[in-house]
Amino acid sequence: MRDVEQKMIERAAALLQNGEVARVVGWKKGEFYFDPAPAVFETVDELKDFVYNGFCGANLSKYLIKVSKNEGKTAIFMKPCDSYSFNQLVKEHRVDREKIYVIAVECQGKLDIEKIKANGVTAVTNVEENGDKVTVSSLYGETVLDKADVMLGKCLTCKGKTHQAKDEDIILHEMPAPANNRFDEVAKLEAMTEDERFAFWKEQLQKCIRCNACRNVCPACSCLKCVFDNPSSGVAAKANDDRFEEQLFHVIRAFHVSGRCTDCGECSRVCPQNIPLHLLNRKFIKDIDGFYGEYQAGETAEGKTPLTSYKEEDLEVSDVFKGEGK
Amino acid sequence: MFKIRKENLNDLYAKISESMGLYIPIKKAGEVNYHVWGEGKEVSLETLKTVRSPKDAFFPQTENMMKFKTEGKNIDIIDVRDEKRPFVLFGVKACDYKAIEVLDKVFLMDPVDTYYKARRDAITIVTLACSKPEESCFCSVFGIDATAPCGDVTAWLDENYLYWQANTQKGEELTGKVSALFEKGGEEEVKSQQEQTKTILAKLPFATLDLSRFKPENLNELFNAPEWESLSEACLGCGTCTFVCPTCQCFDIRDFKTRDGVLRYRCWDSCMYSDFTLMAHGNSRTTQMQRYRQRFMHKLVYYPSQNDGLYSCVGCGRCVNKCPQRLNIVKVINTLGGKKND
Amino acid sequence: MIEENLIPKVGVITNVRKDTPDVKTFRVVGTDGKKLFKHMPGQCAMVSVPGVGECMFSITSSPTNEEYMEFSIKKCGCVTEVIHSMEEGSQVTVRGPYGRNFPVEEDFKGKDLLFIAGGIGLAPLRSVINYVRHYRNNYGKVVVVYGARSADDLVDFEEIKTEWKNEPNFEVYLTIDRPQEGWNDHVGFVPSYVKELGLDPNMTAVLCGPPIMIKFTLAGLLELGFDKSRVYTTLELRMKCGIGKCGRCNVGDKFVCKDGPVFRMDQLDELPDEY
Repeated sequence: MRDVEQKMIERAAALLQNGEVARVVGWKKGEFYFDPAPAVFETVDELKDFVYNGFCGANLSKYLIKVSKNEGKTAIFMKPCDSYSFNQLVKEHRVDREKIYVIAVECQGKLDIEKIKANGVTAVTNVEENGDKVTVSSLYGETVLDKADVMLGKCLTCKGKTHQAKDEDIILHEMPAPANNRFDEVAKLEAMTEDERFAFWKEQLQKCIRCNACRNVCPACSCLKCVFDNPSSGVAAKANDDRFEEQLFHVIRAFHVSGRCTDCGECSRVCPQNIPLHLLNRKFIKDIDGFYGEYQAGETAEGKTPLTSYKEEDLEVSDVFKGEGK
Repeated sequence: MFKIRKENLNDLYAKISESMGLYIPIKKAGEVNYHVWGEGKEVSLETLKTVRSPKDAFFPQTENMMKFKTEGKNIDIIDVRDEKRPFVLFGVKACDYKAIEVLDKVFLMDPVDTYYKARRDAITIVTLACSKPEESCFCSVFGIDATAPCGDVTAWLDENYLYWQANTQKGEELTGKVSALFEKGGEEEVKSQQEQTKTILAKLPFATLDLSRFKPENLNELFNAPEWESLSEACLGCGTCTFVCPTCQCFDIRDFKTRDGVLRYRCWDSCMYSDFTLMAHGNSRTTQMQRYRQRFMHKLVYYPSQNDGLYSCVGCGRCVNKCPQRLNIVKVINTLGGKKND
Repeated sequence: MIEENLIPKVGVITNVRKDTPDVKTFRVVGTDGKKLFKHMPGQCAMVSVPGVGECMFSITSSPTNEEYMEFSIKKCGCVTEVIHSMEEGSQVTVRGPYGRNFPVEEDFKGKDLLFIAGGIGLAPLRSVINYVRHYRNNYGKVVVVYGARSADDLVDFEEIKTEWKNEPNFEVYLTIDRPQEGWNDHVGFVPSYVKELGLDPNMTAVLCGPPIMIKFTLAGLLELGFDKSRVYTTLELRMKCGIGKCGRCNVGDKFVCKDGPVFRMDQLDELPDEY
């Protein structure tokens, strides 16, 4: 990955230097190897903190809504999955494609430090990636883990390694396409009885602390002011009440982004209580596939979407309600 | 000092629960948080950091305050508080215990918050020394000894035993209730564990954080530092850092219309939220940078300025672990504290 | 017995006076007909309409009034809108008093006092002015400069005309932003009027009004030779608890509800610019 990072820094420096772009959106290094944060770089000098490694899991596309309002062109480094969100934002006119320069970057799947620690490794001082192994150094010793066991949940159900938008790419190594079995988890939920499913979600959603991280990170949640932040909506999303907020906030949000959610998995990545929120969205995606034919949000930045276009052969509401897809 | 075999801890929990409530780290749906103990619950004292801090045991995320009944033009105010049953808060780490001192100063300082005080008075705190601190821990920077927390009772845990030392009268009373389960001893084991832990604590990467610039006299200089822009640029404006923080105390008071009147409740609020300072005629903090700055200035400068230099960060590292975009107070301390530029 | 700080008392509105098109003054007593609590000039109270919300208002009546309290309230948000729809006999809830008052018994004593207000900014000053009138011998000369958008926007116009203007050693200067039929007094903005008046810089000044007015008036006063350590103002920020706990009304390390709302200009200078 070091060679990829090196190439990225070189390209960013060149673009900034020749004035093609006014800024570059990427990641900057933190206190450790495993805590890089999204960042905007405006000068070549600032690039000394640029980093790209296995912990750059954050989807940067949503930052473009704000950053691209500024003067000049913005370059952004995008992993394959981020490019879906990007297309969707362009499609929804939240980001002006003309003002963005997309550099598609290689991704071999990103790591989850919490999963690494869940293996009993603590006081982690460094992580090294070696192919399908991860070497973790800690104050208590060194541990070698299988990469597959410590990848981000969203990477385990990767949609594929093709960038859906790009102006150039930095891909130095082969990216083996993982098996896409993302609907298996949904099928498991569908196989439950209603009561079991209700109990499952109740237990999961009871953990919610109303931090709104899922909403705020979600590229599909791009409303200028969320209805839940409107004092006259009569809803206090931050109140930890076990009725509305708990049972309905996440479901309403899932409805609101259905047909637009690209399954980027950020909601589950950021949840401090590890609630598998992506499963709500994924259920909708699976249903839409079933009802209207396969559709992947964000595959393109144009065209009609199943939920916003009408066809005579569309399902009747009653069919959808009964869950009887085609 | 007393000790009890680990496999008998369930008896201890059951005994305490006979006469008091017991809040203890319990694993539920994969995450460990403080919950009320009950037979069959999966207690996890080994978990270094619960996701939420124990603060919600006496400063709950949502708390009903009063009810209003309105009839015609008349308003009746009904206090809806019930008598607080005494309870034990078990397994509080040194950092979280220090955080309670930070909260006490806010809520118990005159004018007293009576809702907080009622719960606080009802608690007996059993702290638990740390034996396996991790890289995100930096309590020692704030003068906290993770191997010897205070509290009404201090406990230590090793592979075989839980060791128990009462420190206060409340602690003695609790000990009296459960002492039949204890045997004497443990001083040596505790001492050797403390020594071992201290060597790790000294080696922790954040053990050398430099707080020297975070003083009230530097308030304006720090407030006006240009670095806040880059420090906060990735901030999502979510409330994760504030809601997992053991010292964050901001709350909102709201009314909720019920079938038979109006319920006034308070709930945690976050200075990271865009409507936190919103008024009918304006907002004093309109950008995320301002909100982000407020949070860290409060922890490192404003609070100490009002409380004899006591920081309102205790180095628990929850924000370090939980910020979705990996922003945190350590990055602030290192960037504004001058270390990054040395 | 510790005082309950967050549980309000029921207040009954006994009189509603429409001062301007968007300001009404509400007279409030307890359900027993008596004044709800004692306060000092500049202090505030939380007034609430259950189910709608709770807001901080300055108590505009003087502490020397032992029968009732008055709140001059401008209609500008959801709570004030409901309060404006209330009439005699309506009930609200009230808790307080909150905050530090003007130093009427300390720094103000024996001094010549200058009060400068814009629009609804008169509300907190009216409390001090009437307090000073009540203990007239404790203070020197009093000058009031009060301005509003139009003659219709002057709050408490009746009291000013009939009482204040007849007070000895007490000068009242009124101004409105634009000329208006029937208005024979001064026309122009408060800051420039203050400069025109050539006021004695040894007076102790109290400013209250919209931020922009405060900013330019203060600059004018400094030009006239006033010292910031003798210029006072009051701040207003979002508040929920009123007792320095809910964490939102701070400016730097000061809470407006507890350490304010009254601040001296030299104290404000030391605080970060975030209000």
